[in-house]
Amino acid sequence: MTIVPRIGVVIFPGSLDDRDALRAVRAMGGEGVPLWHAERDLAGVDAVILPGGFSYGDYLRTGAIARFAPIMDQVRAFADRGGPVVGICNGFQILCEAGLLPGALIRNRQLRFVCRWVDVRVETTLSPLTAGLVPGEVLRVPVKHGEGQFVVSREELERIDGEGLVVFRYCAPDGSLDEAANPNGSADAIAGVRNGAGNVVGLMPHPEHAVDPDVGATGGQPMFESLLSSALARV
Amino acid sequence: MDGEPLHQALGLTDDELEAIRATLGREPNPTELAMYAAMWSEHCSYKSSKIHLRTLPTEGPAVLVGPGQDAGAVDLGDGLAVVFKMESHSHPSAIEPYQGAATGVGGIVRDVIAMGARPIALLDPLRFGPLTEERNRFLFAGVVAGIGGYGNCIGVPTVGGEVHVAPPHSANPTVNVMCVGLAPAERLVTAAREVPEGALLLLFGAATGRDGIGGVSVLASRTLEEDAHESRPSVQIGDPFSEKLLIEASQELVERDLLEGLQDLGGAGLTCAVSESAARAGLGAELDLDAVPLREPDLEAFEILTSESQERMLAIVRPERLDEVRQICARWGLASAVVGRLVAGGGLRVRMGGSVVAEVPARSLADEGPEYARPMSPPADLEELAADDPTFATVTTPIADAFLAVLSSPNVASKRWVWEQYDSLVQGGTVAGAGGDAALIRIEGTLKALALSTDGKGRFGALDPYLGAAHAVAEAARNVACTGATPLAITNCLNFGDPERREVMWSFTESVRGIADACRAFDTPVTGGNVSFYNASGGQGIWPTPVIGMVGLIRDYRLAVGHAMRDDAWLYLIGETLPELGGSEFADVVLGRVGGRPPALDLARERALHGFLADAAVDGLLLSAHDCGDGGLAVALAESAIAAGVGFAVSVPGDLPPHLGLFSESASRVVVSVEPDRAAELEDRAAASALPLSRLGETGGPRLVFDGAFEIALEEAAAAYEDAIPKLMAG
Amino acid sequence: MRFRCLVDVYLKEGLLDPQGKAIEGALPAMGWSNVSDVRVGKNVTMEVEAPDRDTALTQVHEMAQRLLSNPVIEVFSVRSIEANEGVRFRDLR
Repeated sequence: MTIVPRIGVVIFPGSLDDRDALRAVRAMGGEGVPLWHAERDLAGVDAVILPGGFSYGDYLRTGAIARFAPIMDQVRAFADRGGPVVGICNGFQILCEAGLLPGALIRNRQLRFVCRWVDVRVETTLSPLTAGLVPGEVLRVPVKHGEGQFVVSREELERIDGEGLVVFRYCAPDGSLDEAANPNGSADAIAGVRNGAGNVVGLMPHPEHAVDPDVGATGGQPMFESLLSSALARV
Repeated sequence: MDGEPLHQALGLTDDELEAIRATLGREPNPTELAMYAAMWSEHCSYKSSKIHLRTLPTEGPAVLVGPGQDAGAVDLGDGLAVVFKMESHSHPSAIEPYQGAATGVGGIVRDVIAMGARPIALLDPLRFGPLTEERNRFLFAGVVAGIGGYGNCIGVPTVGGEVHVAPPHSANPTVNVMCVGLAPAERLVTAAREVPEGALLLLFGAATGRDGIGGVSVLASRTLEEDAHESRPSVQIGDPFSEKLLIEASQELVERDLLEGLQDLGGAGLTCAVSESAARAGLGAELDLDAVPLREPDLEAFEILTSESQERMLAIVRPERLDEVRQICARWGLASAVVGRLVAGGGLRVRMGGSVVAEVPARSLADEGPEYARPMSPPADLEELAADDPTFATVTTPIADAFLAVLSSPNVASKRWVWEQYDSLVQGGTVAGAGGDAALIRIEGTLKALALSTDGKGRFGALDPYLGAAHAVAEAARNVACTGATPLAITNCLNFGDPERREVMWSFTESVRGIADACRAFDTPVTGGNVSFYNASGGQGIWPTPVIGMVGLIRDYRLAVGHAMRDDAWLYLIGETLPELGGSEFADVVLGRVGGRPPALDLARERALHGFLADAAVDGLLLSAHDCGDGGLAVALAESAIAAGVGFAVSVPGDLPPHLGLFSESASRVVVSVEPDRAAELEDRAAASALPLSRLGETGGPRLVFDGAFEIALEEAAAAYEDAIPKLMAG
Repeated sequence: MRFRCLVDVYLKEGLLDPQGKAIEGALPAMGWSNVSDVRVGKNVTMEVEAPDRDTALTQVHEMAQRLLSNPVIEVFSVRSIEANEGVRFRDLR
């Protein structure tokens, strides 16, 4: 009997892509476990996803209120123990607000919401989403956000680059970096970053919307495969 | 108030006041007058349109809920129902485009969840004045941002719509929004439910403030402070976060079968929700205004009763279920309060501060509003306009330039600038989003998908309102049929000018007649919709612009047909091209004329075309299908090529001069591509169905070649098509 | 006692402010070409129940630090204001 990794998906008031994340986990062979924001229990899951959406309406700052939700204490403790944590879009914003990832996400440079398929390049395999992948690999995934511009001080940016904390960059289909491929003006075309220990990763694109060939490209499949095996490694 | 009688200041006529007096058997008090003024307004009572709307076909074997409730519903089989409706929010959007459009989305979504359905798609047909004017760009950008800002935040994908630009819309933008939802058929919250006496009225969601009171504000007590004016915002601010919580709470309440009824609070606020709930149940109601959660203190009775504060719902709950219902609301962070209950008799009795402040029969408010047969006559210049036919005008513009002018005109050009601002992916069901003929949303747990399209033909309507309306229905059905789906039913938004003008009323009835004939021909009943009158200012009204929202069904979404042509394929035109430039994009953009008659429309042939496309899709015969609409055949071919990144070489069929062959907007035509070795099959089928079919040419290569007319690099055409609107909006 | 407090939140210096930039770009068309360095922040007003003004301000300072501002990208200032200060519609003319 094969062991099926249990992947928790936290639901905040205003989370939108939680069902999509659960559906993607199940489609890729994992067990999806919904986790309510007000609970203080992670139900023994092997990995945690903070999904996309507009938690608390993005009021004050995106992710600013969600980071104080009761469940976030458990998420932080889980991350401190080395548990795989993935923040997608709003989830990425929450992890930055919570200090679990460097930098911050602000309004897109063009000041408009953008929903578009993009290509991202894998920069490191030291993250739960890229563990089984090859550096330089290009994956096609969608973005849909109004506040996805990654910003960080110059010193922090040097540190992030120096320590290999960039996980994904926006790129052209052939993998080359091209300002036209950057959908929101993020510094250094950064689409996703990890923490120093490599168990927490955040990204603006939505891999959960890229696992079903009937509705689009499938650049999310390798990411979920990596996540499931990262989770399995902890079972 | 300088001597103007109160009822007139509130917008009621002398006759309407008489009718109220007769019903009550006494003089109405100011609070009661405010309730009537709100409920008997054009927006809420449809008094100028009701008698005409009754001529629309509203029944069919699959119709579960027709007009008259919050939204319509159609049976999809497998125990599922599709719930849908379209609404307008044009007037608020002209004042504050972002919030006007945002609250328009909020309102129509609540109509769908009030039926017990989960919203799964939004479509937004929009009309603005020429984008060369800054004010129109401001309105356009604001409306799109507002629809995106609200729709994206509630997790409902926006997957379709239209953008049209025409001079009459400069002062009168038209903002229509359609919402589509799904529900198990047996879970629909309909008026058919037995609602018991003693059932409680529970208001949940946002607090009530002074929003939208506007028209009845003359009732404000005389001791009004100077800054109270500012605290009566003329525009409501939407809170999509609250709306998202409302969606989830409502779904949970309906799933657990805890409600006897559910109603959205929209126009005329609490008065409407309570009087309609009571009237539907054949009961009366007691309402306690002191129990209504308020956003600010000291609201007067008439304010609480007519407030249009957003994100509020009214649930009808049996007393024994109240605790559980309130717990679910609390879990989702929503305030809730019992504000009244349903009682025997038909009276709506309103209390505040211990005394009765209003007492009127519920039915009188909800169902017995005035009905007017307003006088009508055709516009004086209609014949003159029809005679000004551009079809045989001399054209001096080189045809290649004409092509680029039409391709890059805002009506035709790519709307990517718009739909990239909308989340089209959330909920994971979007098989095809904006950019094609119809959006396709698959239905989880089945292989079925809904095909959705919105269409309006205002320019045709200006020339012949009957034909313009029929064309709108035909094009909406054809867009759905191009994907291989079968059109099922429609909702509509009827956008017109001042109904007190005879020619506007005439064009309204002609439009209704056109919709009725087309819907009967296609077996697509009308399940509900909205009428938006008074889209006029300074004596100038909009063109008669009925907008149709068509819902279709495809049984296996894997067999759906897209609009992008395939490489190494043969191109055919199904349908016949006649010399018909009346009301066309070519005539408007290249000749600068809006005149003539709209193209002819053979409803039987149009219907045969839909069936043909559905059958062909089942057999996988068509590699692509794209309908000919604005801009005619040339645009249909170009759009299909640009979407595919593939060029073509075609000869224009028939003996028409090239510009007529390419830009005539004859109806019932679809461009298809097929594999060469299945071409004979296509030809046989068309012959068997008696549909005209002509071979156009082949796909392939980097150029768009119109043999005998002109040719252009695909890249150049694509740039003109894609860059037109971004360039206009950057300027 | 009730104290009316105001928190002003500013974007850190050196950070690109897309909103400020858009505003700066729009002003010349309206006739002002003498404006530069536009930056957009936000303010939060609140009523605080506390035994004295200093206590109120200390508490608001902590609220600003933990929730109302993001120290990665923002700085803030806190002050108490008179009961009728702050945003009132009648002042906006």
